[in-house]
Amino acid sequence: MKILVTVKEVAAVADDFEIEGLEIPETYLEYDLNEWDDYAIEAAVRIAEDRDEEVEVVAVTLGPERSEETIRMALAKGVDRAVRVWDDALAEADVLDPTTTARIIAAVAEREDPDLVLSGVQAADDGFGATGVALADLLDMGWAAVVNDLELGEGEASVRRELEGGVEELTTVDLPAVLTIQTGINEPRYASLRGIRQAQRKELAVHSLADLDLDPAVVDDALTLTRLAKPETESDATIFEGDPGETAAELETVLRDAGVGAE
Amino acid sequence: MSDVLAVADHRRGELRPVSYELLTAGRELADALDGDLHAAVVGGNVDRFADKLDCEGVDAIHTVAEGSEFNHDVTVAAVTALFEALDPSAVVMPNSVNGLDYAPAVATRLSLPLVTDAVALDYDDGLTVTREMYGSKVETAVAVDEGPVALTVRGGEWPAAEGVGEAAIEAFEVDIDESSIRSTVRGFEEVGAGDVDISEAEFIVSVGRGIEEEENLELVEELADALDATLAASRPIVDNGWLPKNRQVGQSGKVVTPKVYLALGISGAVQHVAGMKGADTIIAVNTDPDAPIFDIADYGIVDDLFEVVPELIERFES
Ligand SMILES: Cc1cc2nc3c(=O)[nH]c(=O)nc-3n(C[C@H](O)[C@H](O)[C@H](O)COP(=O)(O)OP(=O)(O)OC[C@H]3O[C@@H](n4cnc5c(N)ncnc54)[C@H](O)[C@@H]3O)c2cc1C
Repeated sequence: MKILVTVKEVAAVADDFEIEGLEIPETYLEYDLNEWDDYAIEAAVRIAEDRDEEVEVVAVTLGPERSEETIRMALAKGVDRAVRVWDDALAEADVLDPTTTARIIAAVAEREDPDLVLSGVQAADDGFGATGVALADLLDMGWAAVVNDLELGEGEASVRRELEGGVEELTTVDLPAVLTIQTGINEPRYASLRGIRQAQRKELAVHSLADLDLDPAVVDDALTLTRLAKPETESDATIFEGDPGETAAELETVLRDAGVGAE
Repeated sequence: MSDVLAVADHRRGELRPVSYELLTAGRELADALDGDLHAAVVGGNVDRFADKLDCEGVDAIHTVAEGSEFNHDVTVAAVTALFEALDPSAVVMPNSVNGLDYAPAVATRLSLPLVTDAVALDYDDGLTVTREMYGSKVETAVAVDEGPVALTVRGGEWPAAEGVGEAAIEAFEVDIDESSIRSTVRGFEEVGAGDVDISEAEFIVSVGRGIEEEENLELVEELADALDATLAASRPIVDNGWLPKNRQVGQSGKVVTPKVYLALGISGAVQHVAGMKGADTIIAVNTDPDAPIFDIADYGIVDDLFEVVPELIERFES
């Protein structure tokens, strides 16, 4: 059995950051493995550990060379090998339609021919939340989005989809399928030192779009980033200033006025 | 003419609120395009849903009576067929959990550009979609080249459509190929019941990832005790297993409406805010002055919760 896991290195902005034009300068960005993908990796590695049959877990990512550090973390957690796709055309794109991302990953998936694809519900940076389901449709596979429980059966997966308001949907999906994994489905492991050492020796293949027989024009999708800004705050919050003793005193007044702590 | 197709969301016999909101978003876009607004509802008691969706500004409602509950395979087939029949300029879908489960497939199947989680739509020669990145800390505008587009809209951003319209309600027949149905909904389950019901609480102390370690929860428990408040949390705390699911506030957790909601080390992600924005007074303690929680807070302290909380405990304990 082969499981493909889509992973992404995402950027978070620092507490104090600036925007220059359509970019946030590198100094204000901190990179990490996408939170949702961490749970997808864990789900895949657990399936590999729990099954009697041989299971290969392959991670696929779109990202520049820098992202290899993050991909190595996935390898250190038990992923067997990784494929990284990068291209000048991708480097130049300001915003990628999530279906474009899915098209590129689909080219890798077609070569790998997995039995199961696990994807994060969303990427913490651009938050499109669409790659997994788009990928499923392009691959002509079944799918389920926002999965917080997963059991593999013969030819099908029984999943729980976490809906709004504390309601879960119980669904079965035919395999092969793409499942988008929600946080909380498991407890992602930390990479062990041994895992980190082993990860250095694991295969991390790099492909350009041409390597995947994709025309670089695939990146010229219909979306263009036109503005990047700090949201204008409509906040009329009263911000208490001062040392913690002073701010706590102000807060006490507000709380007492609201009836907190009253006998 | 440039019409807009808006697809309603429903679950367990009820239209979800976002259904009415996307009618408003769809109407705005249809006005800009000088076209009609078509609404669609797939599955469930479609006739009853159609009556409810017949709000002011809706020109036509298409009902697809297939199945009693949402099934993404059926929905994709139905919306795709409707799109092909109507040839609209945009299909507007909800950015709900079910929307996330079918909208991307509609886009790929019809080869449409897809922009999800829209918070505003502007039309001026072309469509520009406003959305958020980096957990609401950055706002972006994305221009969509000419041609039809698939959109999902965030709940709570547009007012709900109201009034009574004069829409033509028509049943739309879709040939659903049985072999294309690869998923089956077996049922639903409520989760998160337990000893406390945070949705009834009058005062809530809520804690987020800023607490860093499970051991540190003791500090906020102490505060909740001192204030005689109920302890709640954002999702990562529950994901980590530090508090049970029934303490989670937000989209997939509980909606709370306390008199006071004190958010400690919570960034204010949209899915969290969905559960607590109805509190009378919102107070946030966060080290990050740009944390989105301050946008909805009434009072804020930009500081380390580990410095502020002990001071506060002392004040209420003495
Ligand atoms: C489909 C879906 C459903 C979801 N449902 C929910 C839901 O129901 N509820 C929910 O909460 N989330 C939900 N989420 C997750 C949500 O998107 C966020 O990931 C989550 O709310 C973030 O929680 P947080 O604010 O605690 O953590 P973070 O976003 O990591 O924020 C931590 C904050 O703590 C601050 N901080 C750090 N250290 C300190 C300190 N010492 N003192 C003060 N402040 C500090 C930081 O500045 C930061 O703002 C959902 C996501 C998806 C995709």
